[in-house]
Amino acid sequence: MAKERLLTCIVCPRGCQMKVLLSDEGAPISVEGNFCKRGVTYANDECTNPKRTVTSTVRCKSGAVVSVKTDTTIPKGMMFEVMAEINGVIAPDEVSIGDIVIANVCGTGANVVATSNTK
Amino acid sequence: MKKDLVIIGGGPAGMAAAVAAYEAGIKDILILERDNALGGILRQCIHNGFGLHRFGEELTGPEYAYRYEKMVNELGIPYMLDTMVIEVSADKVVTAMNRENGIFSIQAGAVILAMGCRERPKGALNIAGARPAGIFTAGTAQKFVNMKGYMPGREVVILGSGDIGLIMARRMTLEGAKVKAVCELMPYSGGLARNIEQCLNDFNIPLHLSHTVVNIHGRERLEGVTIARVDENRRPIKESEEYIPCDTLLLSCGLIPENELTKGAGIALDRVTGGASVNGERETEIEGIFACGNVLHVHDLVDYVSEESAIAGKAAARYILGNSNKEISITLCTDGRVRYTVPQRLTEVADTSVYFRVADVYRDAKIVVRDGDRVIISKKKQRLAPAEMEKVELTKDVIASLSGGELSFSIEI
Ligand code: SF4
Repeated sequence: MAKERLLTCIVCPRGCQMKVLLSDEGAPISVEGNFCKRGVTYANDECTNPKRTVTSTVRCKSGAVVSVKTDTTIPKGMMFEVMAEINGVIAPDEVSIGDIVIANVCGTGANVVATSNTK
Repeated sequence: MKKDLVIIGGGPAGMAAAVAAYEAGIKDILILERDNALGGILRQCIHNGFGLHRFGEELTGPEYAYRYEKMVNELGIPYMLDTMVIEVSADKVVTAMNRENGIFSIQAGAVILAMGCRERPKGALNIAGARPAGIFTAGTAQKFVNMKGYMPGREVVILGSGDIGLIMARRMTLEGAKVKAVCELMPYSGGLARNIEQCLNDFNIPLHLSHTVVNIHGRERLEGVTIARVDENRRPIKESEEYIPCDTLLLSCGLIPENELTKGAGIALDRVTGGASVNGERETEIEGIFACGNVLHVHDLVDYVSEESAIAGKAAARYILGNSNKEISITLCTDGRVRYTVPQRLTEVADTSVYFRVADVYRDAKIVVRDGDRVIISKKKQRLAPAEMEKVELTKDVIASLSGGELSFSIEI
């Protein structure tokens, strides 16, 4: 018997409420309620390998705080591991938007990049 | 000092208005910002989700702000930081002060109000008990964590499910805090569905709808709160009281447009939005004084703030150049289910987006716009909610065809 799963798409602020039909193995068969096709991609990922972007801050040597993000999504289950690595680094004193603060964070393939400038 | 255009506030609204006015031919602009940098509240909104409409990509708050800061700098639009405006007069004299110049006045050709909004303060909340340390608005906590790098506490309860509270629930959880509950007085959330999903559900943080905080415990530092379910009249039910130990209470109970200067200029405010009443060009009741962004009405998305501010910027430029005209006078009316509209009136025949919010959650409803008995727009909606701003487009042909002095907006179920 196929199962149903209700999801809220988080890709854009519209927040579509979607109904996903899953096979016995948990693979998505069909998606309903999505306004655009990005909802389908999200539903497929969410049911098989959920992913998130992590945003946080790092401290610079000077004590200043710079905001950062992962430049692509990372597996949802690794958010706390990624946070631990982010909290373990000290950024240089001069950082600009886009600068890589941690390359390939926790082996996810994503880089942690600065989202603000020190000035 | 004289300036063609003075813009009060260097956040996303002020910057977008400045860029649009500049591109419309006004070069003599001055932005006045009270903080030590441009960017406004976006500087502390380090999460992503900004810019999908405006730039077609997902940006964090500081990145979004920086795009506009760069445009302002590249165009060479002057701004003054650490400068507080203390008065705007009806004849467009702006009085401001800073450490360098003391108090000074500028005669402006036009003024754009872009002061943004602030959080409903805790003093406005009626909660019994002491006022120990550990109670913050969600935005204050956001500033501590994201700009200063301090955690305000370890065990957190959040009152109100506004977006900033939800975002802070996730942020503090990721930094190692335990967020024990989010209580929302209303039977529906005050934040976007995506934030409930990615900020609460992702971390199994319970959202208690129809719940409030009835007591605050602790003398020096917060030790706990008592929460309770509320009945349909929003009165706490004694039997449902529950004690939750915590050292931090965050308040996320809504935002209020910051309109002291607007009131000082004698501009009438809309009782529902808390902002000025404006026409399609975002001109207030005083000619040549415009308002845009969260000072006018609280937006869900900065993308819409930019869009609205560009309208105000362009309109201010046309006013300064003597090209604005008032051809019609139409009032937009609401039925109560539609709580308000922005703009509140139309004075020009031009394509106009009308933004509004609804009073309650409505399912399978219709947005209906009428000119007298004639239905002009009827749009089906699966779901309408107070947390989500709606938009209806009126084309200039539709506006030209209107017979009466009123256009009514309603929700039909
Ligand atoms: S399905 Fe498309 S429109 Fe709906 S929330 Fe997802 S991205 Fe946005």
